This record gives sequence, C-alpha cells and structure tokens, in this order.
Amino acid sequence: MSVLVDKNTRLIVQGITGKVGLFHAEQSLAYGTQVVGGVTPGKGGDKVLGGRVPVFDTVQDAVRQTGANASVIFVPPPFAADAIMEAADAEVPLIVCITEGIPVNDMIKAKRFMQGKPGSRLIGPNCPGIITPKQCRIGIMPGYIHTPGRIGVVSRSGTLTYEAVHQLTTLGLGQSTAIGIGGDPVNGTNFVDCLRLFQDDPETEGIIMIGEIGGSAEEDGAAFIQQHVTKPVVGFIAGVTAPPGKRMGHAGAIISGGKGTADAKLAALRAAGVTIAETPSDLGSTMARVIGARTQA
Amino acid sequence: MKIHEYQGKELLRNLGVPVPLGGVAFSAGEAKLVAADLIQRTGTSVVVVKSQIHAGGRGKGRFVEHPDLGGVKVVRSADDASQLAEKMLGSTLVTIQTGPEGKKVQRLLVEQGISIARELYVGMTLDRATGRTTVMASTEGGMEIEEVAAHTPEKILKETIDPAVGLMPFQARKLAFGLGLQDPVAPRFVKFLLALAAAYDRLDCSLLEVNPLIITADGQVLALDAKVNFDDNAMFRHKELEELRDPNEEDPSELEAKNWDLSYVKLDGDIGCMVNGAGLAMATMDIIKYVGAKPANFLDVGGGATAERVTAAFKIITRDPNVKGILVNIFGGIMKCDTIATGVIAAVREVGLQVPLVVRLEGTNVELGKKMLDDSGLAITTASSLRDAATKIVEMVKP
Repeated sequence: MSVLVDKNTRLIVQGITGKVGLFHAEQSLAYGTQVVGGVTPGKGGDKVLGGRVPVFDTVQDAVRQTGANASVIFVPPPFAADAIMEAADAEVPLIVCITEGIPVNDMIKAKRFMQGKPGSRLIGPNCPGIITPKQCRIGIMPGYIHTPGRIGVVSRSGTLTYEAVHQLTTLGLGQSTAIGIGGDPVNGTNFVDCLRLFQDDPETEGIIMIGEIGGSAEEDGAAFIQQHVTKPVVGFIAGVTAPPGKRMGHAGAIISGGKGTADAKLAALRAAGVTIAETPSDLGSTMARVIGARTQA
Repeated sequence: MKIHEYQGKELLRNLGVPVPLGGVAFSAGEAKLVAADLIQRTGTSVVVVKSQIHAGGRGKGRFVEHPDLGGVKVVRSADDASQLAEKMLGSTLVTIQTGPEGKKVQRLLVEQGISIARELYVGMTLDRATGRTTVMASTEGGMEIEEVAAHTPEKILKETIDPAVGLMPFQARKLAFGLGLQDPVAPRFVKFLLALAAAYDRLDCSLLEVNPLIITADGQVLALDAKVNFDDNAMFRHKELEELRDPNEEDPSELEAKNWDLSYVKLDGDIGCMVNGAGLAMATMDIIKYVGAKPANFLDVGGGATAERVTAAFKIITRDPNVKGILVNIFGGIMKCDTIATGVIAAVREVGLQVPLVVRLEGTNVELGKKMLDDSGLAITTASSLRDAATKIVEMVKP
C-alpha cells in the first residue's frame, strides 16, 4: 500500500517541452511511472520522448484523451499559478507543482480557486514531488535512493527528504510513500493532511516528519499527532541557528515577529510524543530504534 | 526587498494613499531647499528631518557621533534643517533594529510638520494559517506591533482579505468603528484603507505597515510612516521597483550571491558552508552548532550547481575574514557527485585554499566523486556523513 500515488497513477506533465520538464518526464518514465501525456500550449499534436508521449494544448484535452489522474507542473514562475488553476479546472485529482519562486499573491489566488474545486489536491509548490518506490515517481527526486518499505516521509525540504530516504533505504526500512510538501508560505497539502494519510495507510508503520522554521504548519501537525496518530513519529526541524528576520533560501523559511522558531516547533512536537532526531544524520537510526522498541514491546 | 520610507511614501501617494508633503535630501544643501519649499507651501515653519535607513526604531535611536541626537528631529527653519542634516548625513545611527554596529545615514526625508490628534496602527501581510492577506489595525499607534500582540492581543483588530474580491468597504468600516472613529474621520479612514489594500496588491508587497497612521488636528487621515517590503518572487513583473534598491543597505556578498542565483546569508560564526537545498543548508548550520562551533553563513547552491556557480560560492565564502574552515555538503541526486567533485576541484584550484576544507558527498556516483577529491592532490578531507563532516571540520579549526 501507499498514499496518493501508485502503479495505477496516470501522469501528465505540464511544461513537458521545457528542458527540466522533459528531463524529469523521461526520468519518471524510466522509473516505471505511467507518463501518459504532456501539456504545452501551442504544441498540441506533437510527440516527445521517442514518440511515446503525446503533447496537448490544454490540460482538459490531455485529461479527456489520456484519462490522466495526476499532473506535475514544471511551468516557469510567472505562469505557474495559472497552470495549477488550469489543472484544478480540468478536475485533475492530484496536482504536484515543482516550480520554485511563484509570487505569493499568485499562490493566494490559486489557493482560493482550489477551495472551489474539492476534487483536486495540490502538493507544493517549490517541492521535490511525491514518490511511491518502484511504482510511481512524480517530481525531481533521484528515484534510485528509494526502496519499497514501511515508513512514510513528509517534508518541507527537498534534500533533507533525500537524506531521510537514503538512510531508511540503507537501514532496510524503506518507504511507503515520500511526500515533499514544499518550502513556500502558501502551499497546498500540509503536514496534517499527510499525517492523516499515513495514519490511515495500513502498510505505513512509522512516519518521519521534517519541518523547518517559519509559519505554524509543524505546530498544527503536532496537535494532530497528539489527537489522532498512533504510529511512531520521528521529527526533525531545520533552522535552530537561523537568525530572525532573514529568509533562509525558501520563501517560507523566515522567523518573523518572534514566530516560527525551531525551538517552539521542537517543543510542540516533543509534547505530542514525537521522537526528535538530534541531527539529520540520525533520522533513519532514530526511526529504527523507535520501531524496534515497539516491535519488542 | 526593502525600500526607504520616502520611496514607500512616494509610491503610496501615487496610488491615492494620503501622505505628508516632503522630499528626499542627500546633502545639507538639498535639505535646506526642501525645507524652505515646505515652509512656503504649508505656511508653517515646523519641519521634520527623518534619517532614512532600512531599520525601525529611528526616533529612539542615537547617533554614534552625536549621542544626544535621535534619528528623527523637528526643526523650525530651513537653516536649522540644513545644520541638522550636516550632522546626520554620514553619521552612524544605532537603533534597536540595527544591532550595535548601527547604519550610516546617507539620505534624509524632510517633511512638513503636522499637528497630531491621534496615532493608530495599520498593517497588511500574509497570514500563513489562512493563506490570505490579513489587515491588522490597532489603537496603539507608534508602538511595536509585536509588543502589542504579545501583551494586549485584544487591541489588534483583524480582517482577512478574500483574494477574489479584495478588501471590501464593510471590512474597512468594521475596522474604523472598531478603532472608535466617527464621522467625518471614519469615511476618510475607510477610503485610506481601501487605497492601501489596493497598493499592497498592485505592488506585490509582502509587508505594508503604516505606524503611526495619524488623525490630524483637523481630522485628516495620513500615513506618517510607511514600511513597504516587496515579495522577491514577484520582482520580475516590477522592473520599475528594482531602481529603488539601495545597495548601501545590502550586504555586498549577499548581492553578489543573488547575481549567481545563490542564496547566501552572512552569519557571525567561523565555519563557512556550501550546501544544496535550503533545508539541508539550515540543517548543516545546525549540526555545526551541535558539534560545538558556529556557522559563518547560510549558502544554498541550488539544484543545478555548475562548476561556475560552485566557484562563485567559494569566492563569496572565502572573502569573509571570519571563515576558519569550510564545509561542503552536497546530496547529489539528479546532479552526479563526480560533476560536483569536478566543480569543487576547479573552484579550489582557481580560488586557492587558505583554510581546511571538508567535503561530504552523497548520492549518484558518490565513490567516484570521493576518489576524484582524494586523488586531486589538494588538501581536501572527505567525510562519510553529515555528522562526520561537521565533527571533522570543527576538529580541524580548533586552535
């Protein structure tokens, strides 16, 4: 089992004729993902990747003709919010936006638009995507570091997700599904959504949750864990040493007005019974210890 | 991106938000001219001279060179404005937001003096919890809003803007009456707030704060101060705002990093770091502290770290005189480790290596990448994990 994506997921790629979009479409195809089409306005009727993948002018055309149920967006920042809304309008159930650097006001509008489209879920933007090992890769993560297994991973940071995944693979625990929810202040799927999905997935036995400074998504996650999550959760928060008022790369990673500090988030997670990994190098081993202790008990 | 108060007020004035009359001065002579013009136009001799730096708390701040002088002062003639400008310009102003080193004042805003009946606060920014812009208003004008929020949160009124329709008049009225305003001031406040919200949207602001917003003795509503910050992600559609950037207010290394599409923030420790990914970069800083040292910077080289960008990043890190050692931490996913090793070796050959360097690579072709570093003949130490790398570099820089 897995959450959100599996071998039956039928993926289209918005921005498939761009360099990055095409590269990752090919990587996903090679990973075994069903990449059934692409969208680039004005290039409808073309075929890419050795004639294997048809290109459409609109998401609606692509969905009608391929039966796609997921879309990944590699559209440049000025046009990305429009691309998200186009996918939602075409009632694509899962929309994954990789684009980094979308204006906040555009995302505010896109989020508002999606509230009228309850059948669509957005992951990202500014995220590495989502992967169910050996079944479906949507995004930009290196597929080969993943292995099928029993740990769900949810993270605001791309490369920190890879750290966790790599350690889980090395330790033989593997991943059920790994989800990057992205580093922007206005995004789609949040920690609570992912925690609920992993809690309800019978094959996920433990959850790794990786947060960072800024906002209160981690605190919301902690409150949800306290109430609803019975599976062991290992947490990590990046940015203990980050100074207030400075944006640390991600648009959303900023401590402002004394809010969003790593210490407050760590305290909330600890209070909810989450085991904190002292360093990112300890994410996998901490999970192994927690799961092992459970199995023995 | 941040701009000066006088620039913010000019933008707001052009978008229909009432602000006091005033003008910028880069010299004592200009200050005198602006003041004389204001005195003539307003018919009163009261003029305010305000230091322009990208930091708050200017009124209560003090100049290093003139310990009795604050950053904002009222004068009563054009000659006095000129003499004051002479003292302020080129001097260093220390406020609660500048840190002890302060900031050099190079521009002044010379503004008409106004008789104030009431000071209020309004601000707009993103509320991350709702994913919408929120408008805050408070009777506690002139105070730090964080202080108000911490001690008397009930004194902050809030309205959330629905992006489909923008701030509605009824919301502005709720705030006006909530602040205890009455006719004829309340409708003026409503008009002010609607114009302010439109400006926030139009300029792609990330923060728009008017503190204080004042009610004048004759019942006018004016922005006496204006803090305008822009969303960096939206700057591509505001080329005109780029001209408002004041390079004197920005760290030169951070500016150069920006030109290379690197994300760099200078910190006060002595271990320089170069990492791919913002989260991993923060975590690398954290682990340096965890093993007993302090990071000199945050630096994210991003996903497509080419040899040129790695070299540029190296130059920026090594320019910081505090750096006693460098830690490179790259999780090569799509980017192969041998490509990264090539970049690191090229960078070290070009820039030279005056301090210890530990490189931790993980991901595609990691063994090949490590071998290339080991065989390079350069004094590069490789590490197997992030914890191992941090421990090694901290050991190496110990006196």
